[in-house]
Amino acid sequence: MSKTVLTVDDSRTMRDMLKHSLVAAGFRVIQAEDGVHGLEVLAEEKPDVIVTDINMPRMDGFGFIEAVRRDPANRAMPMLVLTTEVDAEKKGRAKAAGATGWIVKPFDPVKLVDAIRRVTA
Amino acid sequence: MDPMAAIRDVFFQECEEQLAELETGLLRMEDGADDPDTVNAVFRAVHSIKGGAGIFSLDALVRFAHVFETSLDGVRSKRIAVTPAVMKLLLRAADALADHVRAGREGVAAEPGKTAALVAEFAVLNAGPSAAAAPPAAVAAPVAAPPPPPAPVERIWNIEFKPLAVLYAKGNEAALLLRELGQLGRLELDLNTKSLPSLAEIEPEGAYLSWTARLHAECDEAAVRDVFDFVDGDCTLSISLQPAPVARPAAAEEAPEGFEFEFFPPSAESSESEPVSEPVAEVPEHHPAAPGPVEAMAAKAETSSAVSATIRVDLDRVDRLIDLVGELVINEAMLSQRVLEAGIARASGVAMALDELEHLTREIQDSVMAIRAQPVRSVFQRMPRLVREVAAQTGKQVRLLTEGEGTEVDKTVIERIADPLTHMIRNASDHGLESPAKRLAAGKPAEGVVRLTALHRSGRIVLEVADDGAGINRPRVKAIAVEKGLIAADAQLSDEEIDNLIFLPGFSTAAVISDISGRGVGMDVVRQSVTALGGRISISSRPGHGSTFTLSLPLTLAVLDGMVVSAAGHTLIIPLGTILETLQPRAKDVHALDNDLRVLALRGGYVPIVDVGLTLGYSDQRIETTQSVALLVEGEGRTKAVLLVDAIHGQRQVVIKSLEANYRAVPGIAAATVMGDGRVALILDVDAVVSGTRSDAPREPSLLEAR
Repeated sequence: MSKTVLTVDDSRTMRDMLKHSLVAAGFRVIQAEDGVHGLEVLAEEKPDVIVTDINMPRMDGFGFIEAVRRDPANRAMPMLVLTTEVDAEKKGRAKAAGATGWIVKPFDPVKLVDAIRRVTA
Repeated sequence: MDPMAAIRDVFFQECEEQLAELETGLLRMEDGADDPDTVNAVFRAVHSIKGGAGIFSLDALVRFAHVFETSLDGVRSKRIAVTPAVMKLLLRAADALADHVRAGREGVAAEPGKTAALVAEFAVLNAGPSAAAAPPAAVAAPVAAPPPPPAPVERIWNIEFKPLAVLYAKGNEAALLLRELGQLGRLELDLNTKSLPSLAEIEPEGAYLSWTARLHAECDEAAVRDVFDFVDGDCTLSISLQPAPVARPAAAEEAPEGFEFEFFPPSAESSESEPVSEPVAEVPEHHPAAPGPVEAMAAKAETSSAVSATIRVDLDRVDRLIDLVGELVINEAMLSQRVLEAGIARASGVAMALDELEHLTREIQDSVMAIRAQPVRSVFQRMPRLVREVAAQTGKQVRLLTEGEGTEVDKTVIERIADPLTHMIRNASDHGLESPAKRLAAGKPAEGVVRLTALHRSGRIVLEVADDGAGINRPRVKAIAVEKGLIAADAQLSDEEIDNLIFLPGFSTAAVISDISGRGVGMDVVRQSVTALGGRISISSRPGHGSTFTLSLPLTLAVLDGMVVSAAGHTLIIPLGTILETLQPRAKDVHALDNDLRVLALRGGYVPIVDVGLTLGYSDQRIETTQSVALLVEGEGRTKAVLLVDAIHGQRQVVIKSLEANYRAVPGIAAATVMGDGRVALILDVDAVVSGTRSDAPREPSLLEAR
C-alpha cells in the first residue's frame, strides 16, 4: 500500500513540485499551506511522514513540529524539514524542535524520496 | 501540458503575488511598522521566490534574492536597523527583484549593472557588526555536492551505534538507519542487548539497544557518516576503518545474547527489511501506535482533506457560469410575465413561488458576480513603484497614501482601470505636485502627498486620486483653450467648467506640461477609457490646495442599468449612465439647420437632435418633435445630444449579451439583451449615435455652454 506524505509549505510552487515528485514516486500526497493548516489536516489524516517548510505564515515549521510532537498520537511521526538554509543553526533548531531530518532546497526528487525512505519503514 | 511547465507557470504567478506582498510589507515598514508579522511576511516573500527560483535554476534570481534575503534576515533579527536609507534600499531591491522575476520569466538576463550596485550596497549592509551572512555562492550552488566517487577498493568500516532515547523521540528509527547503511555495501550486524534491563525495570521511552556493524563497502567515511546525518548528536557513534582488509573473522566471536543479521545491497530489499524490523518490534519504546490494516484502509478511502480555503478556477468557467445565470435571470423574468399573462392571481401559490424563485435568482446572480469580484489591491499595489519612479525622475518628494484597497469590483473592471489609474497617478505626482522648493516657499512640507482612495457608493465603485499640489491654474487653462479654439475667447465659464476643459480632446499637448496634469497623452484619453467602461470622471480643484480626480465606475460589466424606450415601434435600451435628463421638447425650441440637422434650444445653448428611429433606419419618417420624448444624453468627450424617441417605458437592469459575438457588430448598437417577454432588445451605443451629429462639422463652442 502506498505511503501517505503530508507536505506543509506556503509556496504553491513548492507544493506543486513536491506533489509532482512524490506522486511520481508512488506516494499518496496530502498538502497543507502552513503550520496551522497542517495541524488541521492532521486531525483528519494519519500520514506516514510529514515534510514541512520552515518559513511560513501563521505557524512556522518549528512551531508546527513542536505542536505535532506534543500530540501523543504523533510523537513518533517522522518529520522532515525543507530548508534552503545550509547553515547548521537552522538544522539545529529544527532538530531541537523534534524534526527527524531535513531536505535541502532546491531539492532533487531522488534525494527527496531517499530522505523519506530513510525515515519511513 | 508538461507538468514542469505548469509548475513554472504557477511559480511566476506566485512570484507576482509574493512581490505584491513584499511591496505591501515594505510600505508598512516604511510607515514605521516593525512588528514581527510584517517583517516576517516581507522576509518570507523573498524567501519563497528564492526557493522556487532554485527549482528552475534561475541562478541570477536566486543569487539576488539570497543577498536581499540575508539583509532582510538581518532586519528581522534586529541586526540591521531600519533607517530611511535602508528602507529606500529595500524598496529599490524589491523593484530590482521584480525585474529579475520578469527577466526569469522571459528567459532574458536582467540588467547586471543595476543589480550589481544593489548587491554592493547590501554587502556593506550585511557586513555590519557581526558578519554572519553566508556566502551567496553556498546557496546558489545545487543541493549538495555530488557524492564523491567511491573509493576503488572495498574497505571494512567498524561502526558502533548506540541510539539515545532522544533519537526515537524525534521519529528516527534505528532499524531504518541500519537498513540505509546496508545500502552502502555488505553489512554484518551485531545487536547488543547487554544494557537491556529486566522487564519490570524497563523505562518505556528509554533506549537500551546498541549495534556493532561491520560494513564491507567501497565508500569513504563521509558516506557512512551521511547515513547518520539526521541523528548526529542523538546517538553515540564511532566509525573506524578496520586496519587491514582481513577476511571476516567477526562472526565467530558472537556474543551469547547477540543476534546477527546480514544486510545485502539493494537488490534484496524486501528480504533485508524483514529481519531488521523484528528485533525492533520487540522493543516497545519507539513503536508508534501503527494503524491496523482496517484503519489504514479507512484512512486511505477518505478523500484528501487537504482542501485549501481558496481554489483557483479558470476564468472561462466563471464566465460561463455568469452567462448561464444571466440566462436564468432572463428566463425567470419570462416565466413571471407568462404567469401574469395567463391571468393567474398575484396571491396564488404559483405567483408566490415565482417570487421566491425571483429572489433566489437574484441571490445567485449576486453570488456569481461576487466570485469575479476582486479587491482593487492588485492595481493599487502597482502604484507605489510608479510613484517612486516618477519621484526619482522629477526630483520631487512624493508620498502615496492608499485607502480602501479591499474594495471589491468585477475582475474585468479591475483589468481596465489599471491604465487610466496609472495615468492619473503619474499626472498627480508629476504635474499636480510642485517641486520641493516651490512647496516650501508656499509654506507646505517638501514632501507632497498623493492619496488614492477606493470606496463603494450606490452600486458603483468610486476611485479618487487627490494631490495636495498647487491645483489647476485656471487662467492658464482658459487661455490655452481659447488659443486652441476650443472655446470662444469671451466665453463665460465657471471654475468647474474651466477645470473640465482639460478633458477635451486636443486640449492636452506637450505645451501644457508645466502646470497641469497632462503630458502628451491627455486626460481626454483617460476620460475616454473611463466612459467606455460606463464610468464618469470629474475633477475638483482648489488653487494652492491641490486637485482631486474622481472616477466612478459600474461594479460589473455584465449587467447594465438601462432606460427602456421605444423608437419607431422597436424597444431599445439606453444606458442610464449617459442620460442627463429627460424632457418634453416644445416646437418653438426646435430649430432646423440646413443639412438636415435640427437643434434644440436649451438653457441658452443649442444641442443637436438625434432622431433615434431615423438614425437606426427603423423608419424613414421624421418623428414629430412634439409627439416625442427627448433624452438629453452625454457621450464621449462631453458631447451632448438630445435623443428623440416615441416613449419611455421605465428603467431596468439588463443582462448584457454581445451582439458582435452572436451576430455581428452593428453601428449605433452597443450590445443586446433579452427582455422578460423573450424578445431581444438592442442597447444603444450612445457615443456612436452622438458623435454622428458632429461627424464633419468642427466642434461648436456652444456645446460647452449648453450645460
